[in-house]
Amino acid sequence: MSDIDQQAPPKSLLVIGGTSDIGRAVASAYAAIGWKITLAARNIEAADRNAADIRTRYEAAHVTVRPLDILETATFAGFLDQLDELPDTVVCVVGMLGDQTRAQNDPKHAAQVIRTNFEGPALLLEMLASRFVERGHGLIVGVSSVAGDRGRASNYVYGAGKAGFTAYLSGLRNRLAGTDVQVVTVKPGFVRTSMTADMDLIGPLTAAPETVAARIAALQMRPANVIYVLRAWRLVMFIIRAIPEAVFKKLKL
Amino acid sequence: MKDLSGWGRYPRLSGPLDVAFDIGPAAAATANLPGVVARGLGRSYGDAAIGRDNTIDATGLNRMQAFDPETGILATEAGVSLAEIIATFLPRGYFPCSVPGTRFVTVGGMIASDVHGKNQHIDGTFGDHVEWLMLALPDHRVIRCSRDENAELFAATIGGMGLTGTILSAAFRLKQIETGWIRQTTHVARNLSEAVALLRQTGTATYTVAWIDVLARGDSLGRSLILEGEHATTEQLPWGDVRFPSSANGRVGVPIDMPGWMLNARTVRAFNELYYRNGARKTGQTTNVPWDSYFFPLDSIANWNRIYGRRGFVQHQCVIPVAKAESAVSEILDRISSHGAGSFLAVLKRLAPGSGLMSFPMEGLTLALDIPVSEKLMTLLTEIDALVVEAGGRMYLAKDATQSPTTFAAGYPQLDRFRQLRSEIGAKDRMASKLSERLGI
Ligand SMILES: Cc1cc2nc3c(=O)[nH]c(=O)nc-3n(C[C@H](O)[C@H](O)[C@H](O)COP(=O)(O)OP(=O)(O)OC[C@H]3O[C@@H](n4cnc5c(N)ncnc54)[C@H](O)[C@@H]3O)c2cc1C
Ligand SMILES: NC(=O)c1ccc[n+]([C@@H]2O[C@H](COP(=O)([O-])OP(=O)(O)OC[C@H]3O[C@@H](n4cnc5c(N)ncnc54)[C@H](OP(=O)(O)O)[C@@H]3O)[C@@H](O)[C@H]2O)c1
Repeated sequence: MSDIDQQAPPKSLLVIGGTSDIGRAVASAYAAIGWKITLAARNIEAADRNAADIRTRYEAAHVTVRPLDILETATFAGFLDQLDELPDTVVCVVGMLGDQTRAQNDPKHAAQVIRTNFEGPALLLEMLASRFVERGHGLIVGVSSVAGDRGRASNYVYGAGKAGFTAYLSGLRNRLAGTDVQVVTVKPGFVRTSMTADMDLIGPLTAAPETVAARIAALQMRPANVIYVLRAWRLVMFIIRAIPEAVFKKLKL
Repeated sequence: MKDLSGWGRYPRLSGPLDVAFDIGPAAAATANLPGVVARGLGRSYGDAAIGRDNTIDATGLNRMQAFDPETGILATEAGVSLAEIIATFLPRGYFPCSVPGTRFVTVGGMIASDVHGKNQHIDGTFGDHVEWLMLALPDHRVIRCSRDENAELFAATIGGMGLTGTILSAAFRLKQIETGWIRQTTHVARNLSEAVALLRQTGTATYTVAWIDVLARGDSLGRSLILEGEHATTEQLPWGDVRFPSSANGRVGVPIDMPGWMLNARTVRAFNELYYRNGARKTGQTTNVPWDSYFFPLDSIANWNRIYGRRGFVQHQCVIPVAKAESAVSEILDRISSHGAGSFLAVLKRLAPGSGLMSFPMEGLTLALDIPVSEKLMTLLTEIDALVVEAGGRMYLAKDATQSPTTFAAGYPQLDRFRQLRSEIGAKDRMASKLSERLGI
C-alpha cells in the first residue's frame, strides 16, 4: 500500500490544526503510509510534541511544523508561500466549540467561535484551492460537524459556524467539479478527544480519532463528497433535519 | 467521581480523576492538588493508584519522543503503554529489556512499581534499564533524574509507587531481537522441591517461570510446570513463518461479572488439573510460541478480572530470601490449598535484587497467588504474612491491598530513608495514595 514501494517521490500532507487529536491521528495515518507531513498550528510547542511522536512511531523523516493562526487571515498568503512545497492533500481540522451561554452574552467570544470554525478555514482553503487548480490536482478535506446540519439551542453559535463552513465546502466542490481538485466534507459525529473529555458521549455514536483518520486516509483510494464517519449519524441527522420547525423549536436538544 | 479500583477490584474505591493531556498540566496538577498520585492503566491490583484525595490520569501523556536505533534507547512520555511500544518496535527488531505479565501498563506504572519480568534474575527490572526520567515535584519544580543527576531521587522514584512525584517522561533501553517468537521448553515438577531445583537448573535461560497447581496437596504439593524461554533466532523459525507476528490477542472478553459460585474449589481444581496435564504432555519439548501468548497469556481475555465476581480478588505476592524460600513457600501453599476456594493462578519465580530504594525484588523466590475475596480470607492472609515476615521476606506493593503497616515495615529496610526523602522534597502528606495512607508511608 505504501507509496514508497512504487518509487514515486513521497506525497505530502498539510494538516491545519496540527495540535488537535483528530489532526494528530490524521497525520499519523498518512505518515504510516510514507507521506511527508506538515503540521500548521498556533501553539508550536504542542505541535512539536506531535511531530516528535510521529517521527518516532513511523520512522518518518519529513515532519515539519509551521506557525499559523487561523484568525490572522492576512498572513495566509505568506504562510502558503513559505511551505516547502504545495501539498497534495490538505486536511483542515481547526475548530472551536466555545461556550454557548458565554457566546450569547459576549459578542467577542461569539465572533471568535464563528471566525475559527468558518471564516479562517474557508478563506485559507479557498487560497489553497486556487493553487491546486493552477497545479492541476489536489485533495481538500474540511472537518465540519453534524452540529451545522441544524441549529440547536445548546450550541448554535458553534453550529452556525460549522453550517457556514459546510455550505462553503459544498459550493467549492460544486465550482471545482470539472477539475482534478476534490473537495470533501467530513462530519465526524461525536469523537472522543480532549475537546469532549468532560462530556458524557453516547457510546455507539462516538468514534475514536483513529477511526476518523482512517476514513480520511482512505479518501486517497475511495473518493467521496460528504462523509459521516459513523453511518448511524447519517440516519440520525436525516431524522433531525426532517422534523418540522414548529415541532423542532419546542424540543430540548 | 470515577471508579478508581485496581485490577483486583478490591478495595472498591472512587474519587475525582484529573485528566492530564500534556506535560505542563500534569506538572501543575502535581503541585496544586492535595493528597495526589498519578495513575497509569490501573493494572496494579490494590490501592496503589488511587490518590488519597485526588488522582492524576497520566494516560494522556501518550507521545513518544525519540528513538536511537544504535543504542536502542527510546524516550517517551509516561502514559505511553507497553502495548504501543511493542506494536511499534517489535516489527523493527526491538523488544523491552523487561516486561510484566500484561502489556496494558504504562511506562510510568512500570517505573513506579519497578516491574520484573521472567528474566529478572538475569537482566534486572524495568528500572535497571531506565536512563533518565523527568519528575514533577510538589514544589512546582520539574527535574531530570538519572544515575548521575539527582541520583537519590532517581533511586527512590524507581519502585517509589508515585510517592516522590509524577513521572512525566523517561528514556529506557530496548534490546535487539531477531524474531517475535519464543522457543519455549516445558518441564514438569512433581512437587515443590523439584520445582525449586528446576528453577535453579534453568537459571541460565533468559526467561523462566513456574506455574503451580495450587490445589495439589500432600506429596504433590507444589507440583508445577516450568516454562523456559529464549528468543528464537531467524534460523530457528520454520520456513514460511512470519518473523514478527502481530498480536492475535484481545479478541474475547468477559463482559459481565461471573457469579461467585462459579469459582469454587471444584471448578478451580478442574482448571488446574487440565492445565497441568496439558502441559505435562509437552514435557521436555521445545516449541515456538508467539511473543504475545508467551509473555501476556492473560491479555487474550479482556477483563478477565471479572471471573472472580463482584467481590473482587486479591493478588498476594511475596518474595522470600533463598535460605528459607522452599520451606516458607511450602508452608504458604499448604495453608492456601487447605483454605479451599483457591486460585487460578499461582506463579513461582526466581528473583535477584532490584535497584530502587523501595524495589520489591530481592535474591530469592517470589510466589504470586490470586485469591477471591471472602470473609475467611483476611485471617488466612494475616497468617501467611506472618510467615513471610518470619522468613525475612516482603510483599509487592503493586499487588498489595491487605498487608499491615508492620508487615510492610519489616520487609522494606530503606523505608526510613524513603520517608525522609519524601519530607525533603515536600512530598510528605502532599503526594499520597490510599496505599501510602494505609501503610503509613
Ligand atoms: C495480569 C497482570 C500481570 C502482571 N504481571 C506482573 C509481573 O509479571 N511483574 C510485575 O512486576 N508486575 C506485574 N503486574 C503488575 C503491573 O505491572 C504493575 O502494577 C504496574 O505498575 C501497572 O502499571 P499501570 O500503568 O497500570 O500503573 P497503575 O496501576 O495505574 O499504577 C501503579 C503505580 O504506579 C504509579 N504511577 C503510575 N503512573 C505514574 C506516573 N506517571 N508517575 C508516577 N507514578 C505513577 C501509581 O501511583 C501507582 O503507585 C501485573 C499486573 C497484571 C494485571
Ligand atoms: N471532538 C468531537 O466530538 C468533534 C465532533 C465534530 C467535529 N469536530 C471537529 O473536529 C475538529 C477537531 O476537533 P478536536 O476534537 O480534535 O478538538 P481540538 O483538539 O480542540 O481541535 C481544535 C483545533 O483547532 C485549533 N485552533 C483553534 N483556534 C485556532 C486558531 N486561532 N489558530 C490556529 N488553530 C486554532 C486548536 O489549536 P490549539 O491546540 O492551539 O487550541 C486545535 O488544534 C474541530 O474542527 C471540531 O469542531 C469534533
